[in-house]
Amino acid sequence: MTKTISEILTDLEAGRTTAVQLVEAALERLDAVQEEYHVALSTARDRALQRARSIDEDRAAGKQLGRLAGVPFIAKDNFLTFGTTTTAAAKILENFTAPYQATAVERLEAEGAIMIAKANLDAFAHGSSTENSYFGPTKNAVDSTRVPGGSSGGSATAVALDIVPFALGSDTGGSIRQPASLSGVIGIKPTYGLVSRYGVIAMASSTDTIGAFAHTADDIALVMDVMAGKDDRDSTTLPEPSHALMTSMGKPAGSLKIGIVKEYITDAVQPEVREAVLRRAEQLRALGHTVEEISIPSVDLALAIYYIVVPAEISSNLSRYDGIKYGLSVEQAKSLDEVYGLSRDQGFMAENKRRILIGAYVLSSGYYDAYYRKAQTARTILIGEFNKAFADYDILLGPVSPTTAFKLGENTDDPLKMYLADIMTVAVSLAGLPAISVPSGVDGQGLPIGVQLIGKQKSDGQLLAVTKQLEEAA
Amino acid sequence: MTDSDSTTISIKDVHYIAGLSKIAVTDEEAAKLQAELDAILGYVRQLDSLDTAGIEPTYQVSGLSNVDRDDVIIDYGVSQEALLQNAPRTQDDQIKVPKVL
Repeated sequence: MTKTISEILTDLEAGRTTAVQLVEAALERLDAVQEEYHVALSTARDRALQRARSIDEDRAAGKQLGRLAGVPFIAKDNFLTFGTTTTAAAKILENFTAPYQATAVERLEAEGAIMIAKANLDAFAHGSSTENSYFGPTKNAVDSTRVPGGSSGGSATAVALDIVPFALGSDTGGSIRQPASLSGVIGIKPTYGLVSRYGVIAMASSTDTIGAFAHTADDIALVMDVMAGKDDRDSTTLPEPSHALMTSMGKPAGSLKIGIVKEYITDAVQPEVREAVLRRAEQLRALGHTVEEISIPSVDLALAIYYIVVPAEISSNLSRYDGIKYGLSVEQAKSLDEVYGLSRDQGFMAENKRRILIGAYVLSSGYYDAYYRKAQTARTILIGEFNKAFADYDILLGPVSPTTAFKLGENTDDPLKMYLADIMTVAVSLAGLPAISVPSGVDGQGLPIGVQLIGKQKSDGQLLAVTKQLEEAA
Repeated sequence: MTDSDSTTISIKDVHYIAGLSKIAVTDEEAAKLQAELDAILGYVRQLDSLDTAGIEPTYQVSGLSNVDRDDVIIDYGVSQEALLQNAPRTQDDQIKVPKVL
């Protein structure tokens, strides 16, 4: 297993390694697995090595260094970054070079972290298996005949295969938690607004969040603490000092009230996944917490709400890809309308088109009230039930995914079947809550199982504190 | 547009929303999309049975409202040249499009 971030920093301080050595070793590990697993879409080798040399020189000169100085990482390829292309795994952005960087990446770089490569994803983050990538799927780190989950599948696999100690992802409806669960690493989807989305390719603006994958709660906390906080370039970022949200991590969790969401542990869930949740519940009791079953009936409607609201927002956000300003522009188009129509037809994947069209439909005159407004009203009911639960409980517990990793190709012929992979993650997104996928054993085939901890808004630090307790109890 | 209970969306509807979305779909694509979108819309219509009378919709969850800033130009260091580099067709520092009129 690769070292934790703090172990790497200790090695760097003691002179046992250098940033250049760390970057070269990470790139070698990536090269060694790339053909089998298809983790990355491109590397930023030259820029990464240049930054590493500069950090090593600063260290040798005794200069003050950042909190992540010399630590390599990988970003999902929907983060705008320097050093290589930013494609969103879509043909329409195949040759796109970002003119600026995402705030999250800028903040990590300001603390000396070094991005070495861009991870594969479902095109525009539309998917639950990374099979919707224009460049081909990523494979599961434990079993390369299976999916890694998605849409942040490349990031999850990068950490699971120990290429880098942490990787960045985005989570709109489960795109960090579900691949973390299927790949056996920790993944956090923070409170909506905790981390700036500036420079991350927009999918659904009312649920898009930025988070991370790592092997330990401490590593996640450090990375999130660096990325979090108000950003003038994303007006949805929370005004609170992010530090205040993350430092509760350091405090003892005390005795908490934890609710197992009854609707999430039905017979529809793979038995081993259900057992993993109940095992975690026992461990939490042994740690002095109270654990009881509770009901949040509307979570059963969450997927229906999600697949109205999110496509609506997608249809709006993806209207900017027009073949004019950047990206693919079909040469043979004769009129402006053909530039739009042909570039979008050829540049988007089938799943992108499905979501754009669903979105246009539910927003169109005559259907707006029956679909879009109805869903947003149902969302109010769902949020109300979460608020009621959090009046009595500190944390909610359930699976992340109803099953462990499925086979490549198993769900690709049926879009609705693929959507069902997100049935236990979308409710959290619609309510803007933080949630973590905690690795919790394996099934009979050795495939990883993740258990989901869900907190009230702005309780990210507390969730990480409990994740750490479970890590130590495991 | 169709009012049939069995089918939510027709092929004609698919062409209509594809037009609104500026995606040039072929007849073959439209037929496939019709079946897929119909299944998805059929699934989300389970919300029909939910009583939402008197409940207001929720469009955003951050609790923030009216986030504004001083009306001043902020230089984020992104040059016109860098932005134009990604444009498929340019001329004299402008983005070029096919003749409209």
